[in-house]
Amino acid sequence: MKWTWFHKLASPPHAYRILGRIAPWFGWAALALILVATWWGLVKAPADYQQGDGFRILYVHAPSAWMSMFTYVVMAVAAGVGLVWRIKLAHGAAAACAPIGASFTFLALATGSIWGKPMWGTWWVWDARLTSELLLLFLYLGYMALRASFDDPQRADRASAVLALVGVINVPIIHYSVEWWTTLHQPASVTKLDKPSIQLAMLIPLFIMITGFQLYFGWAISRRLRGEILRRERNAKWLEEAA
Amino acid sequence: MTRTPTTEAARLVFVRDVTLAWRRWDEVAQPLIFYVVVTTMFPLATTPDLSALRQIGGGVVWVAALLSSLLALEALFRADVEDGTMEQWVLSGQPLGWILLAKVAAHWVLTGLPLVIMSPIVGTGLGLPVSVWGVLMLSLLLGTGTLSVLGGIGAALTVGVRRGSVLLSLLVLPLAMPMLIFGSRAVSMQMDGDSPAGPLQLLAAIFFMALSLGPIAMSAAIRISVEN
Repeated sequence: MKWTWFHKLASPPHAYRILGRIAPWFGWAALALILVATWWGLVKAPADYQQGDGFRILYVHAPSAWMSMFTYVVMAVAAGVGLVWRIKLAHGAAAACAPIGASFTFLALATGSIWGKPMWGTWWVWDARLTSELLLLFLYLGYMALRASFDDPQRADRASAVLALVGVINVPIIHYSVEWWTTLHQPASVTKLDKPSIQLAMLIPLFIMITGFQLYFGWAISRRLRGEILRRERNAKWLEEAA
Repeated sequence: MTRTPTTEAARLVFVRDVTLAWRRWDEVAQPLIFYVVVTTMFPLATTPDLSALRQIGGGVVWVAALLSSLLALEALFRADVEDGTMEQWVLSGQPLGWILLAKVAAHWVLTGLPLVIMSPIVGTGLGLPVSVWGVLMLSLLLGTGTLSVLGGIGAALTVGVRRGSVLLSLLVLPLAMPMLIFGSRAVSMQMDGDSPAGPLQLLAAIFFMALSLGPIAMSAAIRISVEN
């Protein structure tokens, strides 16, 4: 198999151009899907027999929780690629992932706590999934802090890549340790392999929303990666020619 | 164990580190004193009632052990990196992971093991009954071992960074949460009369995973820190 496309993709000018071209597609598709899912989830989907209309925050909470973990895995994969093949662009992608992932994590925590207030009667409970989400936020913050503490971008790239890989091995351990610690949260209702315990009419907008969030992630990462490329290549000749 | 150049190198590093630390034993004692001081704060801040303290005793001992073993970590590789010893090890042709593991082992003997030995005394002050001493010590034995390896990774990553100690805690503490959970859970299960085998086995599993994968991450991190 020829790897030239791979190397071509890893070259900053080429990547900069491609990212600029695909970003709007991601952006508009994300906007459309999120709007559809919002309407579907808030208006069309039936109210929950137990939680009434309160459950509708699920349509923000579940996708952002899902994306917070997905982004961490993407970040770790990008960091690993950067570490093994020494591709600067992959390190750039990992760096671009961290703030997006931290924002998703924060959003999941905030919506979780807003959801918790009417359902459990308190803003915060030391429930397994909220807690592991909180620890995930700490992992993101540690990653960004480590990256920020190096002056040399190459060392920052590689040191934070090692941390991301150590972290991604730990994420399942943290998740299950917290899971077994104590739990109040309703068991995961979507990812169960047998019949989902949530109505299909509620589920469809959720899947649309998750897809929308994924596309939003694609848009955000394209934009951020372009920014990273500009920052890293600010002295490069091709930028001068492009400008 | 047969002697190969690699194990011999690791042994020498271990002996060197223990000897060096022994000559400055006050630095070894500091985390221990910190450990006792932190656990003293909890009765003062909450309640002197032993039966109430017993409820949180296992957790308090664990948190204090975690914090005090972090305290000494920052210096783990710093001196060797600054005076060039680490570069010689990197260039020595011996697997770097073994040498770093020997350093971490020496560090554990000097900081982790004393914490484990002290824990029954500290635990008694928090109302933990004699029946949980064994589980407390065993859980701390496995937990501090894992912590030393995780901390070694963190110390290797932050060795070239200004004000690395705060950053180090920020990196290592979230990764150490599973040990905290299983460790204090094992203690409280023993106290409630349940078998603590489950959390202890999980602690052991995490320990062996850290022991086998940790040196790879540590040596990668040290190479990054030393390279330029």
